[in-house]
Parts: sequence; C-alpha cells; structure tokens
Amino acid sequence: MKYLPLILAGLGRRKLRSFLTLLSVLVAFLLYGYLSAIRAAFNAGVSVAGADRVVTRHKVSIVELLPVSYKARVQGLSGVARVACSTWFGGIYQKPANFFPQIVVDPQDYLNVFPDFILPEKEKRAWLTARASVVVGRTTAERFGWKVGDRVPLQATVWPKKGGGQTWEFDIAGIYDGAKKGTDTTRMLIRYDYFDETRLYAQGYIGWYYIRVADPAGATRVCRSIDAEFANSSAETKTEPEKAFVQGFAEQIGDIGKIMVAILSAVFFTILLVAGNTMAQAVRERREELGVLKALGFTNAQVLALVLAESLFLSGLGGVAGLGLAWIFIAKGDPTHGTLPLFYLPPADVAAGVLFIAALGLATGLPPALQAMRLNVAEALRRN
Amino acid sequence: MTSNPDVLARLRGVGKVFHRGSEDIHVLRDLDLELRRGEFLALMGPSGSGKSTLLNLLGGLDRPSEGEIMVCGENLAALAHHPLAAWRARHIGFVFQLYNLLPTLTAERNVELPLLLTPLSRAERKSHAATALRMVGLAHRARHYPRQMSGGEQQRAGIARAIVADPTLLLCDEPTGDLDRKAGDEILGLLGALNREQGKTIVMVTHDPHASHAASRTIYLNKGQVSAAPPE
Repeated sequence: MKYLPLILAGLGRRKLRSFLTLLSVLVAFLLYGYLSAIRAAFNAGVSVAGADRVVTRHKVSIVELLPVSYKARVQGLSGVARVACSTWFGGIYQKPANFFPQIVVDPQDYLNVFPDFILPEKEKRAWLTARASVVVGRTTAERFGWKVGDRVPLQATVWPKKGGGQTWEFDIAGIYDGAKKGTDTTRMLIRYDYFDETRLYAQGYIGWYYIRVADPAGATRVCRSIDAEFANSSAETKTEPEKAFVQGFAEQIGDIGKIMVAILSAVFFTILLVAGNTMAQAVRERREELGVLKALGFTNAQVLALVLAESLFLSGLGGVAGLGLAWIFIAKGDPTHGTLPLFYLPPADVAAGVLFIAALGLATGLPPALQAMRLNVAEALRRN
Repeated sequence: MTSNPDVLARLRGVGKVFHRGSEDIHVLRDLDLELRRGEFLALMGPSGSGKSTLLNLLGGLDRPSEGEIMVCGENLAALAHHPLAAWRARHIGFVFQLYNLLPTLTAERNVELPLLLTPLSRAERKSHAATALRMVGLAHRARHYPRQMSGGEQQRAGIARAIVADPTLLLCDEPTGDLDRKAGDEILGLLGALNREQGKTIVMVTHDPHASHAASRTIYLNKGQVSAAPPE
C-alpha cells in the first residue's frame, strides 16, 4: 500500500488521458457483463436441461407433427419412465412485442416430467379440473400483472379455432415457480385435451415428446430404441437429449454464443490498443522520473512492478466498475421486459471477467514495464 | 575497503569509454581520485570533460570500463544490479540540476520517496520527511506541488529528498545551474551548512567558479583526467 501514492501519481500525470482510458475499459466490461447476461438467457434452456430427459420430434423438422398415438408406444419401451407431449401454440397477447412461450401439454404427465416446475397443490387441482384453464410462470404473470382467476385472450397465429375464430381465451388456474435458478418461468401451459377438441385441424397430432428416462446413463440407448420403434413409418422420429434439442432450437436464430464472442473480441482488442497506447506513452514521457527512482535506489524489479501496478490498477478500476455497473443494470431487469426466460450475470462469467481484467492489465502493462525495467538510469538522466 | 578510514571513496585507474557506432569515446582515462569523509569537493571542467560521468560512477549509476571504484567500503564494479541499488539507497543522495521532482507528488511525498525503500512506517516516513523539509527551510511548502514552487524551493525540496535517508555521500550535479544568483547562493549556503554541521560528504559538479568557492576542495577534469589546477 505504501507505493499506492506513487502508482496514482503515475496515472495522475495525464489525468484526462487516464480518465478516458479508464472510461473505455469501464464501457468494455459493462458491455461484457451485459452481453454475458443475454448469452446466459439464450442458453438458459441448455443449462437447466435435465440429464434424465430426452426429446422426440419429427425426423424431418420440428414443425412437422407427430401422432399422439406414439405416446403409448413410447411409454411401453424399456427405460422410459414418463412421457409428456408438447405443442407450440404461438399466440399473441395484445401485440407481437409481448412475446412469451405458450406450450400445449398434458398437465399431469408434463408436471411429472418437469418436477422443477413448482405449482401449489390447490392451483394444480384447479388446472386439472378446468379444461380451458392454464398455468403461467411467475415471470410472465408479473410481467403482465396477471393473477389466478384472470381470463387471458390470445390471438392465434398457428392454430385457429373451429369455426375460424382466432381468439382463444384461457383462465389462469395457477402460477408456477422454478425449483432452481435458471428454470424457465416465462411459459404458459395450455391443456392438450381442450386445445385438441377446439382447434380447427390436426386433431390427434402434437409437436414433440418429452421423455423422462429411468436411468440417465441409459438415455442414449432409449433414444435409439424410440427412433427404431418408428423407423420406416409415415412419421419417423429423431430423439436426442433435451440439452441438444434446446440448443438446436436456440440456434435457429443464430449461435448467440459465437456472436457474443465475436463482439467482445472486437471490443477487447480495441481496448487492448487504447490501454496499451496509454501505458506506452505514460512510460515514454516519464523516462527521467523512472531514472530518478532508480537513482534513489529502486531496483529494476521494483520499477517493473510499479509500471505493471499502474496498468493493473487502471484495468482493475475500470473493469470492476464496468462489471459492477453491468450488475446494477442487469438487476433492474431484462431489456425485453420479460421475454427472456431469465436475466442474470452468471458467477462463472464474473470470474472470467476478473481474469480478463487481470489479463488486460498484464497485456497492456508488461511491454512498457519491461521497457522501464531495462531503462539505463545514466542515459535516462542524461536527457536533461 | 581502504586502509585509511578517513577515505570515503577511492578510484584507481578508472576509465570510461562510450561507444557511438564504430567510434569509441574515451570520457575518462586512467583516473585516480580519493575523497575524504566530511569533504566538500567541487568538480569543475568544460562541457564533455566527464564530470557527470564521474559523478554517475561514484553513485553507482554507471560502471567503469576499467579500473576500480571503492565507495563506502564497496567495490562498485563487483556489485550486481540488485545489491548495487540497495547500496545506492543506503549510501547515496542525488541532487539534480533540474530538481527532478515528481510533478504529481507534493514536496512531502517527493521527499518521502527514498524512505519507501526502508521498513519505516508511514508515520515515521512522514516525520522524517517533515524533518528534512524543516532542515532546508521548506516546512511551510510540504503540501505544495513542484509547479507551485519556485526553482530555488524545488531545489531545496530536491536536497531534502537527497538527505532524508541520511546518506553517506551527497552527489550534486550542477545544483545551482538552473537558478539565479540569489537562489543559487541559498542552495550553496545550504549545502555548506550540511557539510559543516551534519558532516555530510559532498561532491558537487559545477561550471560556476563562484559556486566552487563553497567547497573545501576543487578539482578539475580535462580530457578525462583530474588535475588540481584549472586547464589553461
């Protein structure tokens, strides 16, 4: 700590330049934190996907439907514990911008396959009793101010009603919470029986199956046996672990992870040049001062450490402030006001951010620090 | 080091050669010199005569091309970088022509710099710095930055920094070279008082014959060699 005034003195020599560099480091890490939260949101389904769940869909595409009759056949296969069917509803609440996922499910089986959806027993009973009822996740309920008993109208985009009506009305029977951080609480779950008898077409067909396997170690074998069961049928299947399924689903709009990495790489490369230039200039301008320090008895290693400490201080202060600001902004809620299933700064990304801060400090500080270390004191003072 | 305890520094056959491309420049040649404890030595000579080079060699800032330099009991040529830096911190105080204070530190913090290399606490360092500033008559300027002080005051702060760690030898490179006569005389008076009252051994490089009168002995460097009389 006794060298802190000396470190600050080095940075204070050109206050505006140091401040602008600090600001650019801050903005870079603010961006890093925020983009990390967005990436985490897109990967949320992947990270919470159950190791004991596999998904069966049509072999051609997710938009091709499968017969509901497959459910009983899958249930009968060895290694299968529970089967639940799901269909994408794709309705609009008031306006397209109010997007949230609505899934048609068979309630009891779905809750069995997804034990991390926590629904109060009373609300669960109400859902199982009323055919036109739905349950919604806490995030979506809070987003639109819904409560149990409310009636919610949705405009159909995929599934018109018999008679051509586009408006579906559902009563909210319950609001579920996630058992763990990362559980998707944005979904609305619609009952399959009511949906199937009310929709205009495709009765007896569903979108995909969630299958809970008895033993996660046997998941691959179960996948193979399901696909073998429906081989050479009119609707062949593709079965894969839930993680791969969710990842494939998310990647339909692009590999968010790669996009983020590309953006952040560009940002950090720019910051590397900005901060590196600042440090190099700072050392060039202070040759005499560094020479004086050596004349006073500072060793080469101490001078190297001082310059490196300046660089680490600059990147540390800017980086920590940037991550802190990102954390504050993220805590205020996601920028889509609830479309993202979750929005938080993952601890692993914070840890990686701290490593990036240290790496930035070292990368920008080491070349000028080595230059300062090698500075010949007699020559540095002779410039006078 | 030396057999005579009164001798603080002894140079024997010292030469210094600088290489400029293919050309060798012999700044010092076969130089012998003895410096006694408590002496105030003025080192004079024309530009390029090797005065500053000799000062750098005495302070361990540079190494001789040949010969032996014993200062404060150490053969400087034999010391590795790290022990040489530690030796410098312990034994040498530098005063520069252009003061060389760190512009972003107050006078007090500038004076404290050499003490950062000691195990003293912050309070002790502050106390030592205050004492040094008081000795040079600059106590009232402790919280001022170099840009807020006159040249004479900055040089006083430079002297306070040089003496704060109680070095054995003070090396002053043209300490009055950038000052007017009045301020220069004050600095010379201060150095004289440090020599007489504190017993500091001082080597001062100067161009100014007036400044050399403050010293107890004057030697002249010409063409890399020492003489007791000025060159003709």
